[in-house]
Amino acid sequence: MLTRVQRRLVAKTALLVALVVGALFAGLPVLWMLSSSFKPNTDIFQYPPRLIPQTFTFDAYTTIFTDPTKVQFFINSYFVSLSVTFLTLLVGVLAAYAFSRFEFPFKSVLNVVIVSVQAVPPITLLIPYFGLIIFLGLYNTYQGLILTYMVFTLPYAIIMMTGYFNTLPRELDEAVKVDGGSSWTALWRVLIPISVPGLVSVGIYTFMIAWNEYLFALTLTKTVEMRTVPIGIQLLMGQHSYEWNQMMSMSILGCIPVLLLFLFFQRYFIGGMTAGAVKN
Amino acid sequence: MTTTQTLAAANRSDAPGSKQSRGVRRDGIRRGLVPFGYLSPTVILLLVLMVIPIVMVLSYSVMDNVIMKKNPQFVGFKHYIDILASESFWGAASNTVFFTVVSVVAHLVLGLAFAMMLNSTLLGNRTKAIFRTIYVLPWLFTIAIIAVLWRLLLEPNGVVNYLLMSSGMAGSQIEWLSSPETALFAVTFINIWSGYPFYMTSLLAGLQGIPTELYEAAEVDGANGWQRFMRITLPQLKPIIISMALLDVIWTTQQFALIWMTTGGGPLGTTEMLSTFTYKLAFSKYQFGTASAAAAIVLVISMVLAFFYVRAQKARD
Repeated sequence: MLTRVQRRLVAKTALLVALVVGALFAGLPVLWMLSSSFKPNTDIFQYPPRLIPQTFTFDAYTTIFTDPTKVQFFINSYFVSLSVTFLTLLVGVLAAYAFSRFEFPFKSVLNVVIVSVQAVPPITLLIPYFGLIIFLGLYNTYQGLILTYMVFTLPYAIIMMTGYFNTLPRELDEAVKVDGGSSWTALWRVLIPISVPGLVSVGIYTFMIAWNEYLFALTLTKTVEMRTVPIGIQLLMGQHSYEWNQMMSMSILGCIPVLLLFLFFQRYFIGGMTAGAVKN
Repeated sequence: MTTTQTLAAANRSDAPGSKQSRGVRRDGIRRGLVPFGYLSPTVILLLVLMVIPIVMVLSYSVMDNVIMKKNPQFVGFKHYIDILASESFWGAASNTVFFTVVSVVAHLVLGLAFAMMLNSTLLGNRTKAIFRTIYVLPWLFTIAIIAVLWRLLLEPNGVVNYLLMSSGMAGSQIEWLSSPETALFAVTFINIWSGYPFYMTSLLAGLQGIPTELYEAAEVDGANGWQRFMRITLPQLKPIIISMALLDVIWTTQQFALIWMTTGGGPLGTTEMLSTFTYKLAFSKYQFGTASAAAAIVLVISMVLAFFYVRAQKARD
């Protein structure tokens, strides 16, 4: 028979082994990406494969930084994602305020619409969008992508921010009205300043949706200078040669904003994903 | 919104001059309009880019010669009948079901296993933090990046085959993504790798929310680890698990980018999903009428799933 201490030691060892196996499953592919991004393209499939590059080079990175087309992918992605985040928060907060603080006709109908449009498959919207976006003169423009992404980010933002506002006491905005302020003043002077944690959660979620989007970026833009990072990576898969090392370095560069958000706002990251747990 | 403020100011300034009752009524109407002012950007956006497109796709689906030609004709449910009678649609549907069911179950099992390992009291907080960071890594990459990364790893002369062959688990190079026998398993595996961290983080938050007294009481009653898991952990996590699984089913059935960038639905349609099937009908074959019917079918499936999701959410509140 094992003693209690011995049993604990066995359990701890087994757990550590399992954790290491899991970490290899999760981490090795990422490590391989990092290592490949520092290899010359000719060494990508060298035999036997080496995790530590035999020839260590920044070539893949410098090629991307010195090619204006590839830099443009990043500029496009940052511009579109940040615009979507800002506009979603703005429009979403206004709608959430109406849902949280006002009674109006068709409120429950509108609420059901906003909840259910979240499940509308992108592929369903893609076919009519193709014609609609051209008709509106938004094909191959930033505005076309930004407005499209907002359709997917806005419902979530409204639902989350309505929930957040509902947790804030109504006496706060009543006090503003007693002092003669409008509901507009109450929103900007009182509610928004104390809703920063909720806004950060929703903002991170929105940014990630926009940053990662692929299908609409593929279909609603045409010229290479309008492409975003996810499409740009694909463009490196040429007809005859694959620039694997550049694809990997672009992948590393492409995950940096998400990584930074995660490192600095880990708490909000999880909060934003598990609805209702935003306010702690 | 400055208009609202000036409107309010104007209303206030002329209120004393007008009759009291009229002033109150106008004030009431104005106040009734305020929420719609706040809602108007949302309503316009959803109307133009959600409601109208859905109406458009539904009308395309009962028409011939849409988009490509100037004079569409009404053909009723012809496209729906064509699609439901086509073998490739049912192939795509069954691939989607396999891809979704296996992905969701694996996400859940892995997510729960990792979350419980990371929540163990046997390890120090720093060790757990390091492992948690590693485990969350796949979440940081967009699907386009994940697709490219796994294409590199799964290349016939890539590192996965090297490891399998040098350990004796595979006799020869396997063409993971381009042979019909393995492609569907390969894309499903990639999707599992990319999706479990979402479950893991949510379930970890859920586990940390379970009161420790429950476990202490169970220990006093002599319950073993398995009993504690079945009687306490699972029931406590059930609401999170149900809503996450439903969300995941909705997302996974709609997955496009991963398939498109790894196999494109091939080889021989073995990884064709409803999303890639519809996309190809529209943007490779330019059969927009048929594609719209397929898109409408996908919409109905998603709406049914969404209905269950909303019901589960309501039950949770």
